[in-house]
Amino acid sequence: MLNRKKAPAIKDAVNMSLHLPPYVAFTLSNGVPVYTVQAGSQEVLQVELLFFAGLWHEQQELLSATTNFLLKNGTKNKTAFQLNEQVEYYGAYLSRGCFNDVSNITLHCLNKHLPHLLPVVSEILTESVFPEDELVIYKNNQLQRLDINLKKCEFVGNRLIDEYVYGRNHPYGRYSTAEAFENVQREQLLDFYQSYYVSGNCIILVSGKLPADLEQQLNQSLGHLPLQGNRPNITPIATAPLVEKKHRVNNDEQGIQGAIRIARPFPTRHHPDFLGMQVLNNVLGGYFSSRLMNNIREDKGYTYGIHSYIQSHLHHASLHISTEAGREVCEPAIAEIYKEMSLLCNEPVSAEELGLVRNYMMGGLLGDLDGPFQIMSRWKTYLLNNLPPDYFQQSLQTIRSITPDQLQQLAQQYLQPDSFYELVVV
Amino acid sequence: MIEFNRFVLSNGLRVLVHEDHTTPMAVVNVLYDVGARDEQPDKTGFAHLFEHLMFGGSGNIPDYDEPLQRAGGENNAYTTNDLTNYYCQLPVDNIETAFWLESDRMLGLAFSKKSLEVQRKVVCEEFKEHYLNKPYGDIWHKMRELCYQVHPYRWMTIGKELSHVEKANIEDVKSFFYKHYRPINAILVVAGAVETEQVKQLAEKWFGDIPSGEQYVRNLPVEPAQTEARHLDIYADVPANALIMAWHMDARLEPGYYAAELLTEILGDGGSSRLYQALVKERKILSALEVHHFGSSDKGLLAIESRLVNGVDHATAQAALEEELEKITREPVSATELQKVKNKTESMIVFEDMSLMNRASSLAHYELLGDANLMNTELEKYRSITADDLLRESQKIFRKQNSNTLYYHIRPTQHAE
Repeated sequence: MLNRKKAPAIKDAVNMSLHLPPYVAFTLSNGVPVYTVQAGSQEVLQVELLFFAGLWHEQQELLSATTNFLLKNGTKNKTAFQLNEQVEYYGAYLSRGCFNDVSNITLHCLNKHLPHLLPVVSEILTESVFPEDELVIYKNNQLQRLDINLKKCEFVGNRLIDEYVYGRNHPYGRYSTAEAFENVQREQLLDFYQSYYVSGNCIILVSGKLPADLEQQLNQSLGHLPLQGNRPNITPIATAPLVEKKHRVNNDEQGIQGAIRIARPFPTRHHPDFLGMQVLNNVLGGYFSSRLMNNIREDKGYTYGIHSYIQSHLHHASLHISTEAGREVCEPAIAEIYKEMSLLCNEPVSAEELGLVRNYMMGGLLGDLDGPFQIMSRWKTYLLNNLPPDYFQQSLQTIRSITPDQLQQLAQQYLQPDSFYELVVV
Repeated sequence: MIEFNRFVLSNGLRVLVHEDHTTPMAVVNVLYDVGARDEQPDKTGFAHLFEHLMFGGSGNIPDYDEPLQRAGGENNAYTTNDLTNYYCQLPVDNIETAFWLESDRMLGLAFSKKSLEVQRKVVCEEFKEHYLNKPYGDIWHKMRELCYQVHPYRWMTIGKELSHVEKANIEDVKSFFYKHYRPINAILVVAGAVETEQVKQLAEKWFGDIPSGEQYVRNLPVEPAQTEARHLDIYADVPANALIMAWHMDARLEPGYYAAELLTEILGDGGSSRLYQALVKERKILSALEVHHFGSSDKGLLAIESRLVNGVDHATAQAALEEELEKITREPVSATELQKVKNKTESMIVFEDMSLMNRASSLAHYELLGDANLMNTELEKYRSITADDLLRESQKIFRKQNSNTLYYHIRPTQHAE
C-alpha cells in the first residue's frame, strides 16, 4: 500500500552541479565587442544591441526614452511603415527599450531570415530621421497614456517611491510629466541619436542556435558603423534621498485598494553583502512560501500578492517591498511587514527554512539556465556590472554556505523598520 | 515536430510524455477539463476560486508549495473560460515529488475552512486589483454580457461580481471537486529529461488507484446567431474615450478559426498592420489599438479595442474603423501581406515551443481539444489558407448584424457624484 503521507526522497538541489555555460566573444572591425551564447535546439536567434543611452545619459528629461522609441519610425529612405513591414514580413520582432542605465534594440528572428534583417538594424543606426509627424503622434499618445496611468495607484506608487529613495532629479528617481513631453524637440532627438547611437558605445549580445557565419554577417552589416567599442566614462551622480520617511497619498477618492511601497537604499552588486542579501530577500518576500506571502496573503488574505526585491541599477540600488492591499487593510498590512522584518532581526532563520530557500533558489537557477536567452540574460547582468567571471560560482557558494547567524546579521543591518521609506497610495 | 507518447490509465487519466533530454528539468502539467463556462450563473468565479483552493493542502499533504520548493521546483496555475491548468517545473531528479503532490490533490483536497476563508479574500483582492480599481477594468465584463446572451462566456473567469466569490461555501467546494477534478476529466503531461517507461510506472504508482469519477458531460446552452447590431454606452471616470467592437467567430476547431487568426494579425498586429497604419498613424483617430481573438473552445469573439485621440468622437472613430474593415471584406489581401502573416505565425510557433513549459501545456490543451497531435499540424493549416479564404471569412465575421459595439465615455464632470 502506497504511503501518501511520506514524501518521496529528493536530491537536494543544493548538491546539484550547476554551471553557467560560457560565452564566446569576438570583436567587429569597428571594435564593437560581441558576446555569443550557443544553446537550444530551435533555429532562432536573439540579437541585442546595448547602448549606454539610458536615462543616466540624458541632459533633458525624456530625451533618452523618446529617442529610443522613435529609432525605427523613419529613416532617410523609408517610412516607419516600410521599416516595420520589412521586419514583420520575415516574422521577426524588432523591439527597443530604454532603461535607467542602458537602452537597447533587440531582434528576435528565425536564423534563416537574419541576412534580411541585419540591414534594417544597420539602417536605423545610421539613417534615422525622427520625422516631426511621428514625434507629434508619439507625444500625444504618450500624454494620454500618462493621464490614464496616473489614475492607477500602483503606477503612482512606483514613481513616488523611487523619488523618495533616489531623489526627484536623479536618473533613477526621475519620471515623466506632461511638461517634459511638451519640451522634447526633434533637434534634441537628432543630437542625442548622433552622440549615443550613431557614434555611441555599443555592446552586442547574440544567443540562440548560432549560424556558422554569424561573425561575417554582423561584420558586414554593423562592422563598418562608427560605433564605439569601449565603455563610456561615467560621471557619478549622487542620489538625494528625501528626509521625510512616511507618506500617504490620496490619488483617488473612490479607490478600493492601496499601493503599499516600502523601500530603502541598498548597496550595488559589488558590495560583499549583496549575494547574502539575495538569500535573505527570498526568506522575506522573494518566493511563494516567503514570510510576507505566508503571513499577508496566505494567513490574512489582505492581498493577491506581496513581494520583496532588490532593484539593482549599475550605480545605486534599493530594497523594495511592494503590494496592493484592500484600502481598509493597508495599515494592518504595513504593521505585519515590519513585524516580519523585526522577526528576522531578532531570531535566526531555522535550518529547515534555510534549507527550503537554498533548494528553491538552486532549482530556480537550474531552470533559469535552461535556454539560450536566459543564459545570455545572466551574462548581460554580469557584463554590464563588470562582475568577475566567477560571479556565478560565488552566488552558488553563498546560497550553499550562508548561515542563519549571517542572515540575522544582514537583517539587523538592512531590515531595521525605521530605515525604510513608507508609502501608501490609494 | 513535437514528439510525444500517449497512454491512458485504467481510471481514464490520459497521460502524455514528451521526452527532451537536452534539459536538466522536468515539467509536470495537469489540466482539468473545467472552466468558468461550467459554472452556474449565480455562482460565477468558482472555477478560478477553486484553483486557489487547490494549493490549500490535500488529504495527506498539508501544504503543496513547501515540498515542491524544497525539491527545487516552482509552480503556478491558471483558469480560463474553458479549462484549468496546473503546472510545475523542477529538477528532473526530483520528478517523483511532483507526482506525489499532484496525485494527492487529485485524490482529495483537505477542504480546509480556513483556506476557503482566506482565498475568498485573496480572490476579492485580485478582482479589485485587476478589474475594479483600474480605469477601463470593467470593459470585458460589459462586453461579454453584450456579446453573449445565453452562453456562459457571458461572464469572466474572475466572476460576475465580488458577492459570488464572497458567498462560496465549503459544500460548493466539495461538490465541484468531485464533479470535475477526477482522473476521467483530467490530462497529465510530463515533459523533460524523462523516459516514457519511467513515467508509466510513476503514473501507475501515484495516479493509478484514484477512483475514476464520472465523465462530465458538458451541455451548455448554445449562443443563438446574432441577428442585429448591439450597442452599449458606458460613462466612467476615465481620461480618454475608448471604442471596443467585437464580432462572433468560429470555435477553436471550426474551419474558419485559422482564417480569423490571420485576419486578426493583418488588421492589428505590429507596426505594419492595417488598422495601426491607417487609424493611428495616417488619420490620427486612435491613440492605442489592440486586435485579438479569444481562441475559445466554443464560438469565440474577434475584438478590436481602441482608445480615441483626444477630441475625436466615437461615431467618427467607428466610421473610420468600419471603412478599413469594409476594405478587407471587399478586396483580397495581397500575396505579400498573406505571406507576411504566415511567416509571423511560423515564428510565433517556433518561439513558443522553445520553452519546455509551453510545449507541455500546449500538448495538454490540444489533447483536450481532441488530439494532441494537432500541435504538429497547426502550421500546415495556416500555410494552406488562401486570400480567398480570408475574404470569405472576413465577410462572414464583419457583418453589421454580427457586431457588438461599446462606447466608453469620459464621464462629464458636471455629472460627477
